[in-house]
Amino acid sequence: MTGTTQDDYTDRYARRVRGMTTSEIRALFAVASRPEVVSLAGGSPYIAALPLDAVGEMLGKLAAEQGTTSLQYGIGQGTIDLRERICEVMSLSGIDGASPDDVVVTVGGQQALDLIARLFLDPGDVVLAEGPTYVGALGVFQAAQAQVRHMAIDADGLIPAALEEAIVAAQGRAKFLYTIPTYQNPAGVTLSEARREEVLDICERHRLLVVEDDPYGMLSFERDAPRPLRARRREGVFYVSTFSKTFAPGLRVGWVLAPHAVREKLVMASEASILCPSAFAQAAVTQYLATMPWQEQIKVYREIYRERRDALLAALQDLMPTGTSWTNPAGGLFVWATLPEGLDSKAMMPRAIAARVAYVPGTGFYADGTGGGNMRLNFSFSSPERLREGVRRLSGVMEQELALRAVFGATPTHRRRGPAAADAPGPDLA
Amino acid sequence: MIDSMDLQVLVLAGGLSYERDVSLRSGRRVLDALRTAGLTASMRDADATLLPYLEADPPDAVVALHGATGEDGSLRGVLDLCGVPYVGCSARASRLAWDKPTAKSMLREAGIVTPDWVALPHDRFSELGAVAVLDRIADRLGLPLMVKPAQGGSGLGAAVVKEAADLPAAMVGCFAYDSTALVERFVPGADVAVSIVDLGGGPEALPAVEIVPRNGVYDYAARYTAGLTTWHTPARLTPEVASSVAAAALAAHNALGLRDLSRVDLIVDPSGQPHVLGVNVSPGMTETSLLPLAVQAAGLDFGKVLAGLVGQAAARASL
Repeated sequence: MTGTTQDDYTDRYARRVRGMTTSEIRALFAVASRPEVVSLAGGSPYIAALPLDAVGEMLGKLAAEQGTTSLQYGIGQGTIDLRERICEVMSLSGIDGASPDDVVVTVGGQQALDLIARLFLDPGDVVLAEGPTYVGALGVFQAAQAQVRHMAIDADGLIPAALEEAIVAAQGRAKFLYTIPTYQNPAGVTLSEARREEVLDICERHRLLVVEDDPYGMLSFERDAPRPLRARRREGVFYVSTFSKTFAPGLRVGWVLAPHAVREKLVMASEASILCPSAFAQAAVTQYLATMPWQEQIKVYREIYRERRDALLAALQDLMPTGTSWTNPAGGLFVWATLPEGLDSKAMMPRAIAARVAYVPGTGFYADGTGGGNMRLNFSFSSPERLREGVRRLSGVMEQELALRAVFGATPTHRRRGPAAADAPGPDLA
Repeated sequence: MIDSMDLQVLVLAGGLSYERDVSLRSGRRVLDALRTAGLTASMRDADATLLPYLEADPPDAVVALHGATGEDGSLRGVLDLCGVPYVGCSARASRLAWDKPTAKSMLREAGIVTPDWVALPHDRFSELGAVAVLDRIADRLGLPLMVKPAQGGSGLGAAVVKEAADLPAAMVGCFAYDSTALVERFVPGADVAVSIVDLGGGPEALPAVEIVPRNGVYDYAARYTAGLTTWHTPARLTPEVASSVAAAALAAHNALGLRDLSRVDLIVDPSGQPHVLGVNVSPGMTETSLLPLAVQAAGLDFGKVLAGLVGQAAARASL
């Protein structure tokens, strides 16, 4: 036998590994990390706005003065000090009376999603999610071999009638609703006050669990966000959040607030997976919340992001080709744009990279590879001037693509078969 | 004779081309191999810090990798300006080989068999009308067709077109990568790649590598995801066909004025006739790339081959 595949393990992988391949789009994102490229593709908070000297001093002390605990193993659930602080943070969002005992500290919100999937999803189970939704959640659900069914959203978030319809269509196989009700990733929309009650009522009526992912709720630009779903119902709702957007994603500290019985199993699942979350990262967050003006810092972020959102929206208004539309987020990090008829955001990516601008094609936010008519634009990381320059380049790319489409006519799009992550950048892209 | 062990080698990888990722992967592999072979090597991106670095601390030789800046001749031209020697062919030869229609014309003039083609910039379609032009192309070349960007590699923007109705979509996909498309008659047969290495005794063809993608298409994922393609080394060819394939590859290397190393991609049709598709002046060096596989099949050591090429490049500068 003379043949080699350069991977002698091919026939031994688990079934869920199939489809994990490199992709052209991933290759293009490699270019987007260069400074010449205006990246609207990432999801990174603007960490440069943190008081880094003060944070550095604090971290040094943590090692020098509390090193025997902060550098040691901890308990699987996370330290009580941090869990108490987390309850204070949640009460600011309107979740009152949560017990630190019902909180599990996780490695970012991402691990919380993974633990929930481990506890509740069997292969073939159905997860209902907004269309579009967070690519990282799609990755978790795919790894659990669940099917994701997307439901339509509009400017007021998830459409309740679409939820009801999807529950019925799933014929009892739907395990939970995964939703980012506030400043949604990628769409930037927020579930309205009235719909929050409606969505919860529907889920209650059908005994459908709710996984509420709320990383952005504190990043509101005009008025406070509507209270989380978990603030309205204690049972049946898992609340997931993170310090990645309010403090530092590099520390990888998130949490899940779960009904008591489930909490114990979450801890067991987490211990089986990671033993315990980083004691040092937990101590860093605890100390940050205890000794530094973190709420003032969030106000700083809100100001910066509001200015950037305004710059992005103004640039879109001034520069985008006719037929383009976009959402108007009241907080968070993202704008979701809908392209003129006939344009395909994924097919257009190489042209955008050549023009030194990057975005995430809409296909990265759908399990079934649809979404080619959309793109996600990030406004948290680049300066207002860079954002405008990015939109200027992007509109040139779209004009060229429109001209080309006019010559060749409508062409069918090819649906991705593998995981959504193939159409989205890695977590390091700013 | 320069002792390559004493050389300071700079590996240039990255750049702003679509193949940045492949270039970086190749670069790390080359870096490891050079170091394992005992050379002092470092790696840099081709960015704004490069020229000041070359001036301050000129390396004895450069290995420039993959993607437009490494292959279109422009970076080599700059290295010439700086008086820094590099592995591989001259800036001029690189530029000619990088442009597939130009390279194919030169191959055909040299009597080397290459599939019939037409190269068209996208402007031509808007002037003349896409339908009219595409109909002529399909009539003249016949189906199936291969559509690919005139410049670029790794299968990016390339598509096989079996039905005339699929041609417009393939053109649009191709024009996203380049303003000129190469439309080529599709030749059915075995996909093979021949790596050419010249370690001082003249260019020699290494054993051909045969490519069998699991899904039938050697696209980006099939090239760079281990497990998606089976590579046969040496290719499953009769001794007569293998030697005519090697001869065609060597002829292509020489016709394009290449130097040190190259990779020639060919199709061997059922009659055993090799058809040269194109050449790479800076072949991929990743774990799943063809040149390292061929080096291994020839019983050579990858690091020592690279060290030899680096030594030759450095020696050219001291002439």
